Amino acid sequence: MPMTITEKILAAHAGLDRVEPGQLINVRVDLALGNDITAPVAIREFQRIGVEKVFDRERVVLVPDHFVPNKDIKSAEQAKILRDFARQQQLTHYYEVGRMGIEHCLLPEEGLVGPGDVVIGADSHTCTYGALGAFATGVGSTDLAAAMALGELWLKVPESIKFIYYGELQPWVGGKDLILYTIGQIGVDGALYRAMEFTGPAISALSMDGRLTMANMAVEAGAKNGIVPPDEITLNYVRGRAKRPYRVYQSDPDARYAAVYEFDVSKLEPQVAFPHLPSNVRPVSEAGHVEIQQVVIGSCTNGRLEDLRLAARVLQGKKVHPDVRLIIIPGTQEIYRTALKEGLVEIFIEAGAAVSTPTCGPCLGGHMGILAAGERCLATTNRNFVGRMGHPESEVYLCNPAVAAASAILGRIAAPQEVL
Amino acid sequence: MNQLRGKAWKFGDDIDTDAIIPARYLNTSDPQELAAHCMEDADPSFAGKVQPGDIIVAGKNFGCGSSREHAPIAIKAAGISCVIAASFARIFYRNAFNIGLPIFESPEAAAKIREGDEVMVDVESGTITNLTRREQYRATPVPPFMQEIIAAGGLINYVARRLKG
Ligand code: SF4
Repeated sequence: MPMTITEKILAAHAGLDRVEPGQLINVRVDLALGNDITAPVAIREFQRIGVEKVFDRERVVLVPDHFVPNKDIKSAEQAKILRDFARQQQLTHYYEVGRMGIEHCLLPEEGLVGPGDVVIGADSHTCTYGALGAFATGVGSTDLAAAMALGELWLKVPESIKFIYYGELQPWVGGKDLILYTIGQIGVDGALYRAMEFTGPAISALSMDGRLTMANMAVEAGAKNGIVPPDEITLNYVRGRAKRPYRVYQSDPDARYAAVYEFDVSKLEPQVAFPHLPSNVRPVSEAGHVEIQQVVIGSCTNGRLEDLRLAARVLQGKKVHPDVRLIIIPGTQEIYRTALKEGLVEIFIEAGAAVSTPTCGPCLGGHMGILAAGERCLATTNRNFVGRMGHPESEVYLCNPAVAAASAILGRIAAPQEVL
Repeated sequence: MNQLRGKAWKFGDDIDTDAIIPARYLNTSDPQELAAHCMEDADPSFAGKVQPGDIIVAGKNFGCGSSREHAPIAIKAAGISCVIAASFARIFYRNAFNIGLPIFESPEAAAKIREGDEVMVDVESGTITNLTRREQYRATPVPPFMQEIIAAGGLINYVARRLKG
């Protein structure tokens, strides 16, 4: 029976020859991830199970990234729970401030995820790793606790939806625009419980950073996972990085899909999601006059090297608008270091931006750039829900890094072409 | 305790976990502290007026957004006996079962129940009775495997039992 890539990975991890959508299965987990918000609850639940040790100390990853460097005493206590547990369990992959990154930027970079893996994380954007051809999905803390004990998780096999993107992308258009456009088309529950399989010539031409951005936001369409079938770009990325053996799966040509969407993206413009849903999308040329007080470039969606390079190309020799705070947050220490070497950080500081150590920070309204009532922020992050970045009466708009940089210069939502 | 009964509080579509429990309170995981801010960004007065046993009735995609288990924990600790929605976001759906917060998927109930209606839910059969309007609705049946998790008192007890074998 033909299967999709998602079905094949799940079948292999359930020890079955084949699986079908709707089937409840127990899968072996290659990697289980928690952060400083979700892991304290998971650790508490883990201790209730009554086992001494995690199933494999090399496969449980803890990354304090949301409220670090700790913003207050309570968040310091939360992060300490992770540190103590990591030490007690002798976890190989615990990442401390100064050597860390935003989890979903960090894990692929560290080679902890490879094609064909099953990865679960107590963070909804765990779906990011689908860009590498892995099955990766977000779960809650109790699921993480169970997986830390058993090395297994129960899952319902999702139906798959296939997205085929045709055409060559315009300048300043990338993975963020493809995914925002897609969510705009299908809605925030358009892929509920399902797998989103991203394919087509435009995806084959997309860099790994662009693919990570796309898979990252699969959850914003309600999906269980997003996945890009592995190709040369994938293998070039994982070669020399992967810490474990990996296996490449491909969908069978006659695999069954719940739906197939075909998009010609050759004329696609940069997209902007207006408050308060990621599906509330318009092309940047139709944004109108929207003044902004803050711009954030970073997050697990767009805090990678390619994103910073794009922003730097727009900001080079320019100044941030006097009424705007521009906050730039490299996704990992490695990205930060490379951005320094390439002179990107200097461009940012010359332009009048604040550059931060890696952290989730403002993305979830944690710290490092919280909005006051009535303020507007344009961000390269993934969610623009009410109150996401601060006061419930503030607003968040979502876009790609080039649009964010251009808008920071002009003080209003703007296309990169307007400043270049 | 197979019957849940309480007053309905209505919410719309796509209620996200940031509305259920804003991230600014996630520097703790204490259920009572979380309960004090339950639904705050959707209805700031909610935590103050909800009574034990009350029921949240919402539209489609309830609980979308982050994976924070703090969301169902806050709802449960606020005294809400169950959530009825037209549909649930997937991580919220799992989390609710895992921590033992009963949830019911019923587009019909979500559409017809009005704020303030007295509602009774039979957990096993998934029958929802609107006592105010004298109507009955059906919820999507829960897969047997997930009923086992509920019967065990949540995923942790289920796993602990399995490990004792
Ligand atoms: S950067 Fe934002 S979306 Fe990504 S893990 Fe951190 S808080 Fe979540």
